[in-house]
Amino acid sequence: MSRESSLVNAQWVEDNLDNEKVVLIEVDEDTTSYDKGHIRTAIKLDWTTDLQDQVRRDFVSKEQFEALLSERGVANDHTVVLYGGNNNWFAAYAYWYFTLYGHADVKLLDGGRKKWELDSRELTDELPTRAATTYTAQEQDHTIRAFRDEVVESIGTQNLVDVRSPDEYAGRLLAPAHLPQEQAQRAGHIPTAANVPWSKAANDDGTFRADDELKEIYTEAGVNWDKDTIAYCRIGERSSHTWFVLKEILGQENVKNYDGSWTEYGSLVGVPVAIGDEAGEA
Amino acid sequence: MCGATEGGLSLDGINVAKEAIIQGQVTKAGDPVGTAYVRLLDRTGEFTAEVPTSASGHFRFFAGDGDWTLRTLAPQTDPVDTAVAAATGSIAEVAIAL
Repeated sequence: MSRESSLVNAQWVEDNLDNEKVVLIEVDEDTTSYDKGHIRTAIKLDWTTDLQDQVRRDFVSKEQFEALLSERGVANDHTVVLYGGNNNWFAAYAYWYFTLYGHADVKLLDGGRKKWELDSRELTDELPTRAATTYTAQEQDHTIRAFRDEVVESIGTQNLVDVRSPDEYAGRLLAPAHLPQEQAQRAGHIPTAANVPWSKAANDDGTFRADDELKEIYTEAGVNWDKDTIAYCRIGERSSHTWFVLKEILGQENVKNYDGSWTEYGSLVGVPVAIGDEAGEA
Repeated sequence: MCGATEGGLSLDGINVAKEAIIQGQVTKAGDPVGTAYVRLLDRTGEFTAEVPTSASGHFRFFAGDGDWTLRTLAPQTDPVDTAVAAATGSIAEVAIAL
């Protein structure tokens, strides 16, 4: 993968708004954002209801994902272009999710909704209509999804990248600062994890930094490019952004997103936890 | 009005006593700016969070005790930085004029 194969810019999106082979999808943390205005022809996926099992803590099943995309009019041969607010956090999460279920051609709009808005490009509240399809998903690709046991085994042996803010990493905050402070039982981070806030990978306008800048940021933070990497945050969305940078832009092999992230790890019984600004010992 | 606050956004269901809230309104020439983005930077200048403003130009963060910087981005405007101190149990109100 590379920047060219995984990212498109706003002009590309404007030029392809009426391209029948392209489906624009908005995925936002604020799930009402789409309803207040979206890019013309874009459909919406709600990460809380469409992409999460409504009983267990897990993703929707392969069959549910197939039914969802079929109903929304997304076909296997469509180019899916994702964008969203909050510097594409949830759009990157959806990108990872589409990749998890094996969608062939998926891309992110660089800068997402913020860049689009700051450029004063057009938004509409008109709802598009799309004909239903018969979508077939693949089995989940667990080479990009990490589970808790693998995370614990990776302490001190593989790269763990904690992409939360420094205050969350140190245990001074339990959640991003625009959300009420709640969630995991314990604050802190997984011992040996490097703290590289996801935001270091983005410019103020939400676009991704240049490849050489990105490489330098992770190298300086202690990421060993010869090792496998697991990225995590609080619930797995910001770490999708970092997964995207490492795997899709920089083309690094063996990068996983730990979607259980701190809300799971910080509530596990008996696992090691480090607090403070230092990575801690294995 | 139940739940209404000076900041304009409802605090219903939030235990204000446990939060260090920073909130306010972005305006330009006296008019609310509903298309701005407000970033919360920590004491070292590191990005911590970001929210879009509401239609009425309002925004809110749940921060921690200490000094923070708000960086406001809006179309056709240079970014504006505003310093603010937050404390648990209180609401720091910030008016940002672009």
